[in-house]
Amino acid sequence: MSSRPLEALQQEEEEREAALHAENVRLGFWVWLASEAVFFASLIGVYVALEGRSVAGPTPTDVFDLPVTTLATLDLLLSSLTMVLAVVSMWRRNQGAVKLWLALTALLGLAFLGFQATEYSGFMRDGLLFNTNVFSASFYTLTGFHGAHVAFGVAWIVGLLISAFRGHLRPEEAHKLEVAGLYWHFVDVVWIVIFTVVYVLGTAA
Amino acid sequence: MATAERALRLPEVRTAEERGFLSWLMTVDHKRIGVLYLLTSTIMFAAGGVEALLMRTQLIRPDNAFLGPKAYDQVLTMHGTTMIFLAVIPLAAAFFNYFMPIMIGARDVAFPRLNALSYWLYLAGAVILYSSWFLGGAPDAGWFNYVPLSDAFSGPGENFYILGLLLTGFSSIVSAVNFITTIINMRAPGMSLMRMPVFVWGTFLWSALLLFSAPPFSVALILLLLDRIAGTGFFVPAAGGNALMWQHLFWIMGHPEVYILAVPAWGIISEVIPAFARKPLFGYRGAVIALFAITSLSFTVWSHHMFATGMGPVVNDAFMVTTKLISLPTGALVFTWLLTLWGGRIRYTTAMLYAVGFLPVFIVGGLTGLMLATAPADLQLTDTYFVVGHFHYVAVGGILFSMLAAAYYWLPKMTGKLLDERLGKWSFWVTFVGFNLTFFPMHLSGLLGMPRRIYTYSPLLGVDVYNLLSTVGAYVLGVGLLLTIVNVVRSLASGRKAGADPWDARTLEWATPSPVPAYNFRVIPLVRSRDALWYEKHAADGDGRVRPSEEVAGAIHMPGLTYLPALLSLGLLVAAYGVNFKLAWLAALGGLVAFYSIFRQMFEADRGYLLEPRGESE
Repeated sequence: MSSRPLEALQQEEEEREAALHAENVRLGFWVWLASEAVFFASLIGVYVALEGRSVAGPTPTDVFDLPVTTLATLDLLLSSLTMVLAVVSMWRRNQGAVKLWLALTALLGLAFLGFQATEYSGFMRDGLLFNTNVFSASFYTLTGFHGAHVAFGVAWIVGLLISAFRGHLRPEEAHKLEVAGLYWHFVDVVWIVIFTVVYVLGTAA
Repeated sequence: MATAERALRLPEVRTAEERGFLSWLMTVDHKRIGVLYLLTSTIMFAAGGVEALLMRTQLIRPDNAFLGPKAYDQVLTMHGTTMIFLAVIPLAAAFFNYFMPIMIGARDVAFPRLNALSYWLYLAGAVILYSSWFLGGAPDAGWFNYVPLSDAFSGPGENFYILGLLLTGFSSIVSAVNFITTIINMRAPGMSLMRMPVFVWGTFLWSALLLFSAPPFSVALILLLLDRIAGTGFFVPAAGGNALMWQHLFWIMGHPEVYILAVPAWGIISEVIPAFARKPLFGYRGAVIALFAITSLSFTVWSHHMFATGMGPVVNDAFMVTTKLISLPTGALVFTWLLTLWGGRIRYTTAMLYAVGFLPVFIVGGLTGLMLATAPADLQLTDTYFVVGHFHYVAVGGILFSMLAAAYYWLPKMTGKLLDERLGKWSFWVTFVGFNLTFFPMHLSGLLGMPRRIYTYSPLLGVDVYNLLSTVGAYVLGVGLLLTIVNVVRSLASGRKAGADPWDARTLEWATPSPVPAYNFRVIPLVRSRDALWYEKHAADGDGRVRPSEEVAGAIHMPGLTYLPALLSLGLLVAAYGVNFKLAWLAALGGLVAFYSIFRQMFEADRGYLLEPRGESE
């Protein structure tokens, strides 16, 4: 054993460190998401607790446009698929495909943000400002917080895309892409809950 | 890979770490971050202590006019908020940071940069809260910050509370992620989960508690901020909001918070008592299970703080049962320590005195807790000084004593100098007497009906003598704590050298030199048993030294210094002032700086450097 040159030992050590770091990033990100989940759960809880208690102004049934929101939900779901394809392409060491799928994911994310901007401006035209009633306040806070997550995700993906074009996103650093994917799916899953609780159940009642 | 390309990627070799002033701003070493935490939280503790003395001076006699009601409310609020969020949590973080990685045989935490970020965020939160004194007045709605006191009826200081605690909450979540990942992934070979010191389990569960309790509180803070600056009505009943919702969101954090303070204390006691009883911890497995049980149950008891809000007998009973349930694993822990002492060869060092002194006062605090957990009794006792007496027996007697035990036990490892035992014992007895003199009479004045949180009382209430005793006790307690500070300063100036293992102790940190070198272990140790160092000292095939787990591989790869965590936290600090003063450009500027540092960090490779150890034999 000790006959091996120091150089080889050091390289082995470095590889082991890199592998541990990748594992740390993966696990740490899961733990972080656990905390984020409680954050969203609290906001959703507040929304539900205040549901139907508004004393003035438009209510969910007055403003929600379910078909359009369903399209936006599908758009976000689709972006999860393209994100998965980006990660798989990374594992298969196909850099071209990684760039393509990442770009598509970012575009679908942007489209969702565009939907949210139109939705918000429509609501404002209907007289539902941020502080109109407790419905508007809890609705804008919850979906705004989610939208901010989508926006951060888009910025992150664009950053990864730039890295990929500059040749910095190497297959041995797949964890960088994987955690971005994890984040993106998390934001997506949270939206499915919001869509169900806020939009579907909110207009069904 | 071509040799030339590899050589380019190799980090530079150094023979010493950087030590200058700027290196403290850029450090990512868990030990130096631990020292920063320790210094800052001690200063905060002193500030909270001064606030306590101001209150006790006001209450020395009835109808006193030393502090008016406005000043008293601010001092009261800042005392509680400081002690909980700015003193005790970071004091625990100081010891966790310094010792947890060493105790599991690691060179650092999983994310050294995030670790630095945690500290700088905490400092930013403390700066915001304390700047309120100079910018129009401190928050004045109590540490619990109930609406509408914190909303329609509050002064300008309230926003500082909200913004400061948002930052410290963020800091806690980042620490929690870091510590959990470190404990799961970075243990030395042979350090299985059930060989970890209880202190490390304490770190793990403390992190879990913060991870899940900080978010609901952060949400509550954000909603309150919106109520205050954006005209929403989340907590305003007239607008359809719900004032009690604040109390729920607050106590969903606030009760686990009690265990966020207590779990580190129990971890410390579980290290100090075996070291000085010279016995392994009795019922290690049971202690770990008890800690898990307490951690989980702590999320199911929050409404016992709200018995008097009219939730009705069914809800009250449910929370009464869960609360009483939590006393079972807590009782089991106490027996763990008592039976560790039983038959041990006990050495009453100062650290051990504080640990043993912890036991009776913590038990008293627990028993009065059971009284308060009984809903019908609580309706009588709530909002009286009985409650103040109860939670100070837990918080000062239980938690502060264990932190002092930790200081006397571990400071020699951190500084390389021993503390003076004679002065230490004086400090213990003065602190112990002062503590009981301050807080025991509060139970009596509370039973007689003295309401808490009020700046004065009437002589007709018949509680003058108890208040006088409490005030005298508070000053005695202050002297006791000052003796410890004097002891530390003297030890730094002229203490005797500690050596690697001054207490003949049990765990891995005592296998490293004092103070601990930057890389902790020259070679990562091989752990062969619980109490890894003690085992090597006494095993038939042991030679008193912890075995290496690998062959020596030359220089040690260290993470590089960086200013990014401090910059990110500075950005958020600026943004918080922007929000506070409704200056959109300032908030945007701070946000941009924060955003820049996050992205710079995400896409910048840290090559670190190679540290050539200075030929120590360890």
